[in-house]
Amino acid sequence: MNTMPPVLLKNRREGRPATLDEYRAGGGYEALAQALKEYAPRQVSEMVKDSGLRGRGGAAFPAGVKWLGVREDAPHPRYVVTNTDEMEPGTFKDRVLVDADPHQVIEGSILAGYAVGAQRGIIFIRPSYEQGAELLERELAVARHAGFLGKNILGRGFSFDLTVHRSAGRYICGEATAQVNAIMGLRPHPMKGVHMAEQGLWGLPTLVNNVETLACVPHIIRNGPEWFRGLARSQTGSGTKLYALSGKVNRPGVYELPMGTRLREIIEVHGGGLPPGCEFKACLPGGASTRYLPREFLDVEMDFDPLKAVGHRLGTGAIIVYDQHTCFVGATLNLQEFFARESCGWCTPCREGIPYIRDLLWRIENGAGQEEFIPMLRQMAGHLRKSYCAFAPGAAEPVISLLDYFEDEVREHIRRQGCPHKDVEKPRPHLWYPPGA
Amino acid sequence: MCMLPQELQEKLKGKIAAAPEPREQAVDVMFAVQKHYGYLNDAGLLEAAMLLGMTPLELEELATFYDFIYRQPVGRYVIHVCDGVVCWMFHEGSVFDYLCKKLGVCAGGMTADGLFTVLPASCIGDCDHAPAMLINGVPYGPLTPSMIDQILEKLRSEYCDLVVCR
Repeated sequence: MNTMPPVLLKNRREGRPATLDEYRAGGGYEALAQALKEYAPRQVSEMVKDSGLRGRGGAAFPAGVKWLGVREDAPHPRYVVTNTDEMEPGTFKDRVLVDADPHQVIEGSILAGYAVGAQRGIIFIRPSYEQGAELLERELAVARHAGFLGKNILGRGFSFDLTVHRSAGRYICGEATAQVNAIMGLRPHPMKGVHMAEQGLWGLPTLVNNVETLACVPHIIRNGPEWFRGLARSQTGSGTKLYALSGKVNRPGVYELPMGTRLREIIEVHGGGLPPGCEFKACLPGGASTRYLPREFLDVEMDFDPLKAVGHRLGTGAIIVYDQHTCFVGATLNLQEFFARESCGWCTPCREGIPYIRDLLWRIENGAGQEEFIPMLRQMAGHLRKSYCAFAPGAAEPVISLLDYFEDEVREHIRRQGCPHKDVEKPRPHLWYPPGA
Repeated sequence: MCMLPQELQEKLKGKIAAAPEPREQAVDVMFAVQKHYGYLNDAGLLEAAMLLGMTPLELEELATFYDFIYRQPVGRYVIHVCDGVVCWMFHEGSVFDYLCKKLGVCAGGMTADGLFTVLPASCIGDCDHAPAMLINGVPYGPLTPSMIDQILEKLRSEYCDLVVCR
């Protein structure tokens, strides 16, 4: 059982965000003052690198390495983009993080700006988080008034300002290169072969980081890289992780725990286990574009490397728990509906391949499945890996793992010509009851 | 052809002039025009493109890409029903069906009183309150039929200007 005090969510309050004063009372903006006074910009990046902080948005790229990728002699202006566009089914940690402690996000973004010598920061936020966008705009004004943002921050000669950029909502905008296109008022297709540290927004050096990644930075600067590494429970991990737990659990929500906390502990101890009558069947460990993780992995450490070692991905750490009553053909069909709708349509494997898979799954689920669909699904999922960006390979993950772990269930659908889960009496705790059911 | 009021035009021109690059304001301007007309109609799209210094086609490329830009008429309240996999697990589509039946509309249609439109939405990031929906920027969940009835009744009877994304 974890008894570690929270770091990123230490200021979380019921029903309202932490104010500037509350944030400062817990050491907020001390890291910024310290960095501007004591550290050269590259030293900040070096500290982030030494801390072992890896991108929390799903790609797990070492943050410090990314920051050091912005060359000292790179042209100006330079940009920092705070990616608050999480839209992967099952992810909601960034919403909780912004709503709990907006100044932590702001300070992290300013520190990133200082480290790479940027003049301008943009918080890119999805429309479903409009309340968060309004909160951030209000608190940015508060931070500016207090001298943490704008010209000559804290009298140390560093000038940097942050604005909120509202998106009008599409999943692909969370991808860094697509996000930069979106900000520039272009159709947000991803770009390939673009080195953002050199040619990002308006062709200038740009750093795009997930909001949780940036929120870790003030704590790293204030307490040191070693301290941050020590927070993790796994050998290879560092820091804490915001695990967003949802699905068939008694207490869904965001739990900040040491990186590498075991899956079983997250679900059973923090999430309060599954509701009565429900048994764990599998979970998606990191959002919709990760592989199903069945029972035998319940004791895996929820960290990038331990999951990779067993052929899985942590992604964003958004854990969706499924019980034995959930039809996995139906669930995978739902995921493919999502990916088919959200595909930007730029390249053929993604635009055509995902609807193809969706249609096969729909036929299997609705009683028109054939044995030959199984190799067709595998083949088509393989084709998705030939797409332009990482979107379609992500969409393929649940399909391939469905066949790897639950092929029997798919075959059962085909043999019975329909879904075996239909008409089965299910326990429905805290569940939606259709009228007359 | 309708025209944006002078005051709004000036406000948008000011925002665009203050932006580092006019195009960065494309989404904000579309939201503002959409809010004025109730949806982004053809006239509004032309006006927005003119203000931004973009061709109508360039702006249409964006308008048709995004989920929260409405190129067709919508009700005062646009109900985005989450059909992400977590919400699906709890309702298997029945929230959407319930709303459509209750309001007597199909997906994308508008109720006769002009108040409501129901649209399916990709995960709205409210999975800890599944099943959930988003109405003009405000999330609601976990939903039950009686809760939905109450929400609809409240929106019908109390005028509220919480229109954020339109």
